[in-house]
Amino acid sequence: MTDTLTHLDRLEAESIHIMREVMADAVKPVMLYSVGKDSAVMLHLARKAFYPSPPPFPLLHVDTMWKFRAMYELRDRMAAESGMELIVYQNPEAKERGINPFDHGPLHTDMWKTEGLKQALDLHGFDVAFGGARRDEEKSRAKERIFSFRSGTHGWDPKKQRPELWNLYNARKAKGESIRVFPISNWTELDIWQYIAREIIPIVPLYFAAPRPTVERDGLLLMVDDDRFPLLPGETPALRSVRFRTLGCYPLTGAVESEAKTLSEVIQEMLLTTTSERQGRIIDKDGGDASMEKKKQEGYF
Amino acid sequence: MPNTPDTPVYVTDALIAEDIDAYLAQHQQKSLLRFITCGSVDDGKSTLIGRLLYDSKMIFEDQLAALEADSKRVGTQGQEIDFALLVDGLAAEREQGITIDVAYRFFTTEKRKFIVADTPGHEQYTRNMVTGASTADLAVILIDARKGVLTQTRRHSFLAHLIGIKHIVLAVNKMDLVGYDKTVFERILLSYRAFASEIGITNFTAIPISGFKGDNITALSDNMPWFKGPALIEHLEGVEIAAAADEAKPFRLPVQWVNRPNLDFRGFSGQIASGTVKPGDAIRVLPSGKTTSIARIVTLDGDLDAAVAGQSVTLTLADEVDCSRGDVIAAADAPPEAADQFEATLVWMADEAMIAGRAYWLKLATQTVSATIQQPKYEINVNTLDHLAAKTLELNGIGVVELSTDKPIVFEAYADNRTLGGFILIDKLTNATVAAGMLHFSLRRAQNVHWQASDVDRDMRANLKNQRPALLWFTGLSGSGKSTIANLVEKQLHRMNRHSFLLDGDNVRHGLNRDLGFTEADRIENIRRVGEVAKLMTDAGLIVITAFISPFRVERDMVRSMLPDSEFIEIFIDTPLAEAERRDVKGLYKKARAGQLKNFTGIDSPYEAPETPEIRIDTTVMTPEEAADLIIDRLLG
Repeated sequence: MTDTLTHLDRLEAESIHIMREVMADAVKPVMLYSVGKDSAVMLHLARKAFYPSPPPFPLLHVDTMWKFRAMYELRDRMAAESGMELIVYQNPEAKERGINPFDHGPLHTDMWKTEGLKQALDLHGFDVAFGGARRDEEKSRAKERIFSFRSGTHGWDPKKQRPELWNLYNARKAKGESIRVFPISNWTELDIWQYIAREIIPIVPLYFAAPRPTVERDGLLLMVDDDRFPLLPGETPALRSVRFRTLGCYPLTGAVESEAKTLSEVIQEMLLTTTSERQGRIIDKDGGDASMEKKKQEGYF
Repeated sequence: MPNTPDTPVYVTDALIAEDIDAYLAQHQQKSLLRFITCGSVDDGKSTLIGRLLYDSKMIFEDQLAALEADSKRVGTQGQEIDFALLVDGLAAEREQGITIDVAYRFFTTEKRKFIVADTPGHEQYTRNMVTGASTADLAVILIDARKGVLTQTRRHSFLAHLIGIKHIVLAVNKMDLVGYDKTVFERILLSYRAFASEIGITNFTAIPISGFKGDNITALSDNMPWFKGPALIEHLEGVEIAAAADEAKPFRLPVQWVNRPNLDFRGFSGQIASGTVKPGDAIRVLPSGKTTSIARIVTLDGDLDAAVAGQSVTLTLADEVDCSRGDVIAAADAPPEAADQFEATLVWMADEAMIAGRAYWLKLATQTVSATIQQPKYEINVNTLDHLAAKTLELNGIGVVELSTDKPIVFEAYADNRTLGGFILIDKLTNATVAAGMLHFSLRRAQNVHWQASDVDRDMRANLKNQRPALLWFTGLSGSGKSTIANLVEKQLHRMNRHSFLLDGDNVRHGLNRDLGFTEADRIENIRRVGEVAKLMTDAGLIVITAFISPFRVERDMVRSMLPDSEFIEIFIDTPLAEAERRDVKGLYKKARAGQLKNFTGIDSPYEAPETPEIRIDTTVMTPEEAADLIIDRLLG
């Protein structure tokens, strides 16, 4: 038997439906844009959802000042291309105290990302924020709703989430409450890559293998992206052919050695690989097994 | 490694390694099937899902290492891998060893991508199963081969059927624990078939499996040569997807958003609920009923020649017609109806019980209206399927109700169209989603939808007052206590914010009926006029209270016949003549006995007591206050 629509068609239609549905009840929506591949797909879907209008909300980049340089380049280019307003937010307190991943460990993520996000949402009074989280990323996310309600203090209570039936979303909320909406909840990593290939969506070149200066530290291959990277005694950056499966702050994101220079090769490597996507990220492992769930209750995406 | 199938079954590693582009081209053509798994805590549901993920290589080495460590630490399978740990997500649940919410999992085979809703089997979580089932094309109902068809099997099957799932798979699990015995499987099959036909499931597929050992999951198992197939995956890859079946139905697109980038463009965005559409198609916008045709199907990648059910599109129309969010664009020759009163099945999902008469938000497709629900016609016991009398629905309660909306909504029966027949109810105060519902049919003949929007009728007026209109018709001898009790009743209604009007016999004779005397004909005309006025007032949505002796049965029945069923409430104030005469509040009995009043009821004119009044008040055993309480109770209770 044949189906008129493929799984990518159906996922795309669902995500677009979700984004348009938000517009019915939202007062001041915003799209969180982290410049990664999931964000790239989400932005592309938003452009499709509202075409020929530009998406009727701004992009918000919660910056940590420690992203890869290539990410900042693509961010600015995509904002210009989509015709959307780009809001860049940097937590002023973190900036003032010079919080960085080398000296401050988990505090870096907490202050720049978790606190920074809350501050940015409060500052602008955004009541709905689109996020690019997927249910297949992590166990606690498998149970996350597409419309996720947050208290006035951005807390997440798994017991108070609303049932989601059919494609009916209840986006009503009290004053002070906000909603995080995850339009690509049902996409897997493979779907994302397939869709990027099908739609020819621009992504940060770091996803493709190239010779890059790296050091090996605590079992991770870290890229020396600028001269702020403090080398330990005996460490010398070496050129290795590497790529990244996820992108975040460059000192916290492990590269994998790879020769995959095209999308097909990246997908091939992904399918044949033996480690999961988030494994290259340090933040998941803070606080043990249930760390993502804990972060979510604190307001991290 | 234990439990690894001999051959990798799903992902063609060789093709990926040798010709990734060929693999990707093949993968592009996959379809998407959503299914739910239902079973109780011990049926091995999480193990089965873990197995599907594991066999389809959706588990990576680092996850596997964590899984092996977890299995030894908290697993329930000794030294072997406990697949259930892969899918039991939240920390609290892992300690309790049960899943308590709906979780979504993903895996892919060579033919399809699958989204699995993992729904808990625990009794109080009907809500979660209905949620998971609402988007599913297929339900896998798990049975422990050692236990057979249990109450929960019936419950899960009933719910899957209720939510309209066409494909039911009966997975008889743990076959390894019954020695792969064919007779065990056949006995279960027989008993399930009897039950299934009882609830209207005409078609299901039974498969004997072991989620733990992997039998009959990806391929037919050598352990059960007596089973000829299909294996679970093979079956999941073959069934028709519900959304694909919707393409054959008439075109419907609920408008989500009006796209107006500039004055020259006006597009209508939405996801096609059923049918297909192409430029030039004649369409009708509902509920206005205006007709025009499709001009373009606009996308970022250029205009489309056609679009089908399931696609999210933006349409432009040939003529400028009013159309906004909540409207439905439909095939001109087969439009859906609009109505404001329905029968529906409700699944209650909130801790706070349903309150009959309270207004909730009702969201159906892209329409949101205010709706009130009447007391359930009956509640369904999900274990016995008995119909029970009920005044409300509690958490996880399922019942059939009548509901009315404050304005007409465009709809179809849920059985015909999930999108235009499924709805949620939202509490207006807490904003919680309190119920899921499925429309059966509208309660009134469909009207020309073109006229409806401006047609304010009696139900709409009553809904605005948040009450059901009624005529409380007090009857009884002079001095029986009608006016006293009627007055107390109205005072109470007023305190309860109900809109009422008391028509008192004496007062009416000062104005409307001042031309009437006390002849028999005049007394009948008096009652007729009062009846007509009361009818107009109930049309306005009021609760009308009348206090007339109204001694003749036929007059009272005449008024009864003017009103819709159940709105005329006859209240017999039963005070014996001797007692009324003893009270003689107005001194009338004295006058009548003295011959100064003619045709006085009870003295020289008969009183025909009601034979079956809705309410009978015996004033010899009840104070007026108690009587008023009783009447209010019966009216609103």
